[in-house]
Amino acid sequence: MRALIVHQVGPGVAVQDLGRPGFLAVGLTRGGAADVLALHEGATLLGQSVDRAALEMVGTGGTFEASEDMRIALTGAVMSAQIDGETVAWNASHAVPKGARLVVGPTRSGAYGYLHVGGGFETEPTLGSRATHQSCGLGALITAGQTLLVGQDKRRDIGMTLAVPPRLSGGVVRIVPSMQTMDFDADIRTRFEATTFRRDPRANRQGIRLDSNGPGFSNPSALSIVSEVIVPGDIQITGDGTPFVLMAESQTTGGYPRIGTVLPCDLPRVAQAPAGAELQFEFLELEAGAQVQARANADWAKLRTSVTPLVRDPATMQDLLSYQLVSGAVSATHSDLDKG
Amino acid sequence: MAGMETLPFSPLIRSVGLTGVLVTFGARATDEANRAAIAFRGAVDALAWPEVGESSSTLVSAFFQIDLSAHSFSMIRDRLADLLASRDWSATPLPKGRALWTIPAVFGGTRAPQFNEAAEAAGLSATQALADLTQTRLRVLTLGFAPGQPYLGILGAAWDIPRQIGLTPNVPEGALVAAVRQVCLFAKDTPTGWRHVGQSAFACFRPDAEVPFPLAPGDEVQFAEVSVAELERLEAHGIDGAERTVIA
Repeated sequence: MRALIVHQVGPGVAVQDLGRPGFLAVGLTRGGAADVLALHEGATLLGQSVDRAALEMVGTGGTFEASEDMRIALTGAVMSAQIDGETVAWNASHAVPKGARLVVGPTRSGAYGYLHVGGGFETEPTLGSRATHQSCGLGALITAGQTLLVGQDKRRDIGMTLAVPPRLSGGVVRIVPSMQTMDFDADIRTRFEATTFRRDPRANRQGIRLDSNGPGFSNPSALSIVSEVIVPGDIQITGDGTPFVLMAESQTTGGYPRIGTVLPCDLPRVAQAPAGAELQFEFLELEAGAQVQARANADWAKLRTSVTPLVRDPATMQDLLSYQLVSGAVSATHSDLDKG
Repeated sequence: MAGMETLPFSPLIRSVGLTGVLVTFGARATDEANRAAIAFRGAVDALAWPEVGESSSTLVSAFFQIDLSAHSFSMIRDRLADLLASRDWSATPLPKGRALWTIPAVFGGTRAPQFNEAAEAAGLSATQALADLTQTRLRVLTLGFAPGQPYLGILGAAWDIPRQIGLTPNVPEGALVAAVRQVCLFAKDTPTGWRHVGQSAFACFRPDAEVPFPLAPGDEVQFAEVSVAELERLEAHGIDGAERTVIA
């Protein structure tokens, strides 16, 4: 059985993929990875389909053992990682030999880290997806002692890395107008754009609360609306004027007005902003936003052109002395010629 | 409230982020707006436009998931506007193939403790309230909040009772709760401000079943009063006792 054995695991680790499209009409949101770009990066590093499921890790990962030789990739929020005690690079692919221990965590920057395996995790799909959707009772958090089945992997290439767009510490996020944007008075929209928000510690896969100094953003004319469709990235303003960015596991509809919607390509930046990180929002007209998104889609589609061999930094090689740094000279004395 | 719209509402076509397009038929949750949303969604689905990934309908709107970074919103808007103008959507028959469900439920007593309170809030006798809840053919206005969970309507004007200010901490799965002329049938245990007027054994979301979501927007639901003993019998057998027939 080809599997990853879970010896220890943090409290926020779950299988995710691209989610379950097709169920909006019956009240089930797509769900899936909080940082979709990280899924693309992991798939690119391993040279496999982005449909493969990965482990999404919040705060810390765990201790894992491979039942067979495996390839892994680590993407998203940067976490510490060791394979049999040797520190390995993030945003890179590595070999985990049979029986080796992979230790991941804690998080160093960002919020959602991803562990990908060659062949992908093959947990039982429900409604066409392996994505864990906790609020709907689909799947569950990973617990110690579990054995996670892993798919077949024909490839052998490892030691590759990817220059990833920086997105782990907040920053400027582009938004387009949404259904109710014009229900907010111009001065509220202007103030919203001029405000520097901080990501509240209260954040999860359903939504991320944003804090700011000064008054809230509620608008009397926008208060009384019929419950309406939610898409990921919608920024709802609750009754007390607090903005929430709605994320992958939000409900399908909601009764609070939306002041704008984060571009899908900028949503990973929101997802990965750690508690306290500063976020600002910049309105783009719909057409301009569509062009930015189209360019991002094109960039995501050609990620593989930016994969490069991992150059190991001697400073991170804790077991430096165990390497045969002059193996060429050493092997000369053990060559077949001596056995003549 | 039906009949209280004084100004005609012109349907609105709006973009929803870069993820889709919403067509809205009313500013408030009226029967006409809901019928129009369901009928319009059905008509667009029948056209099978390649740009539409999936569709849904809410209380008053039809939503079409379309990647607006790949397809021009103005072009989609114009096509939707042409279709909108082609007929009166609130008078259009609902899509074919809808189901009529008869769902057994207990009303009042310990299994539905807020029945009397709700009847009182509606200004109805218990007998009249029970007749309204069991003789009205309700329509699935929309599904949401939890997967497969239906909002059913529309009850008579007396049932325009507000939500409670305080939440009832935990109303169980299968509960019928009432507010704002609607009945919601809970898909899971939920804290709520709606009043717990009935209790069924109906599961709205069956993740491992062949039909995970039994109800669809536009389906009709009629509740049939049963005794507590009958509900307990259904629960003990893990069945809901519901009957489904296709509306011709």
